[in-house]
Amino acid sequence: MLSDKDRIFTNLYGLQDPGLDGAKARGDWAGTADFMGKGADWIVDEVKASGLRGRGGAGFPTGLKMSFMPKESDGRPQYLVVNADEGEPGTCKDREIIRHDPHKLVEGCLLAGFGMRACAAYIYIRGEFFREAEQLQSAIDEAYAAGLLGENACGTGYAFDVYVHRGMGAYICGEETALIESLEGKKGQPRLKPPFPANVGVFGCPTTVSNVESIAVIPTILRRSASWFAGLGRENNAGTKIFSISGHVNNPCNVEEEMGIPLKELIEKHAGGVRGGWDNLLAIIPGGSSVPVLPKSTCDTVLMDFDSLKAEQSGLGTAAVIVMDRSTDIVRAIARLASFYQHESCGQCTPCREGTGWMARVMDRMVRGEAELEEIDSLLDVTKQIEGHTICALGDAAAWPIQGLIRHFRPELEARIAAAKQAAQTRAA
Amino acid sequence: MSMNGQNQAQQPEHFEFTAENLESAKTHIAKYPEGRQASAVMPLLDIAQRQHGGWLPQAAVRHVAGILDMPVIRVLEVASFYTMYNLEPVGKHFVQVCTTTPCWLRGSDDVVSGCKNALGLNPGETSEDGEFTVIEVECLGACANAPMMQIGDDYYEDLDSASTEKVLNALKAGETPAAGPQSDRKKSEPAGGLTSLQENG
Repeated sequence: MLSDKDRIFTNLYGLQDPGLDGAKARGDWAGTADFMGKGADWIVDEVKASGLRGRGGAGFPTGLKMSFMPKESDGRPQYLVVNADEGEPGTCKDREIIRHDPHKLVEGCLLAGFGMRACAAYIYIRGEFFREAEQLQSAIDEAYAAGLLGENACGTGYAFDVYVHRGMGAYICGEETALIESLEGKKGQPRLKPPFPANVGVFGCPTTVSNVESIAVIPTILRRSASWFAGLGRENNAGTKIFSISGHVNNPCNVEEEMGIPLKELIEKHAGGVRGGWDNLLAIIPGGSSVPVLPKSTCDTVLMDFDSLKAEQSGLGTAAVIVMDRSTDIVRAIARLASFYQHESCGQCTPCREGTGWMARVMDRMVRGEAELEEIDSLLDVTKQIEGHTICALGDAAAWPIQGLIRHFRPELEARIAAAKQAAQTRAA
Repeated sequence: MSMNGQNQAQQPEHFEFTAENLESAKTHIAKYPEGRQASAVMPLLDIAQRQHGGWLPQAAVRHVAGILDMPVIRVLEVASFYTMYNLEPVGKHFVQVCTTTPCWLRGSDDVVSGCKNALGLNPGETSEDGEFTVIEVECLGACANAPMMQIGDDYYEDLDSASTEKVLNALKAGETPAAGPQSDRKKSEPAGGLTSLQENG
């Protein structure tokens, strides 16, 4: 179990002052100018060496992503865009960073932005986080007033601005190119790649889009060293991670733990265990709504990191752990996610626009058992037709929860269909 | 959405930012590079909606288009794409109940029924006096404090039927109930005692 001295977000629960004084007391903004003095490449190399993988869901190596930005400017400015459009069901970690440890994010913007030769960072925060956006803006205002940002950031002579841009309610804007479109004042409809944002991003300029947590851990990585971060967790799955634990546990919570912690230990140590005890567990969605559900037998032993969960045909995603005990109508739980994705499809690609609605309608019938047995396979087939056939990953995200349900709970679907047929026969007789 | 439908009668002929809101709009426009003022369309529409009592009339869409030098249709596209813009009037207290799976697992059905009990409103309905609108929404990103609802700009978390009714009845009585968890915890720490950050938490 991670000890407090290795926790990055020491004000995760907002029990201390989130302002600049409190942040400095927690070690933020110490030696920032010195890190910048070591050069942009040093920062990117340190992040690479730390093994940090993106905390927004995809798990792409953060340092490598930073290194895609042009080192020589062709005259266009470069931008860091922070994805704070937290909306993956189950996920509520970035909100805690933003409202309780905002200076970690603001300092991270400067250091990561300097590392990728950016002139500014835009933090795109979901619109519903109105109070959180106020708290973030207040931290930014403090940083400007203290000379940490602006024309001469931290006295280094480097000019760097940080702006808050509020979304207005659209899950799809958590997808990086939809976010860029939205930041340009358009509907949030994803762009085809290539060109990749590192070449043509916001305002036609080189851009890197990174998750809040990925950026907010960078100052601590530079302070404590890349090897410290890399020494936590397992190889290729380094560091600490904020886990959001929701659903049928005794004490739902956010908690920062070491990557690779066993799922069972995570829940029993921090969330007070599964409601009714571990044996009352039915299933867990381990990484936010889009990753496939795991049955209890897998949850008994699986480790919470990218590679362990991938090996179980699921994923770490945002590390949002949604726990379901044996009282759960698992079909309805997944059907509700299907209607979420129907609601959030941007409508641009036909397989997703039509497919999410089709899947949601079939799932609604599956909840009641009003289906034919062979429709289970046709539903599975449709998920495969959507997966990989859309511009962005929303189609995949809509397909995976249903694939997980069929993979692990097909007997439940079959039993429901049989029961509904039986009931219909009884009525007819 | 009935931009051309039944709410036509409610559409004001004219909309203009107050002097204060125009200043605020300029602050937003200044965040973006020159020539990229369209980036400010979302904050400007939000300011307009707040000025107009929580919904966005067509006249405001045209006003924002004028300020940003954008075709009206582009602004309307934005206004109709994002769910937080209300193109029809809503109640003074805009109650948004999250019913996505993490909230549903923790009893969001009870929050919906709490709204019905306290206000007599089903999701999608507005009270006759125009004080309350209740809608169901998708995940609001507070899942460790589920179930929850957003009223105006504030989150009310760790709800059950009784606490939902208590919050709504307080609003009905003209009070301002404290936002945040309606349980005995402060934020999203585990109830029943910290399991990390005990010393300095």
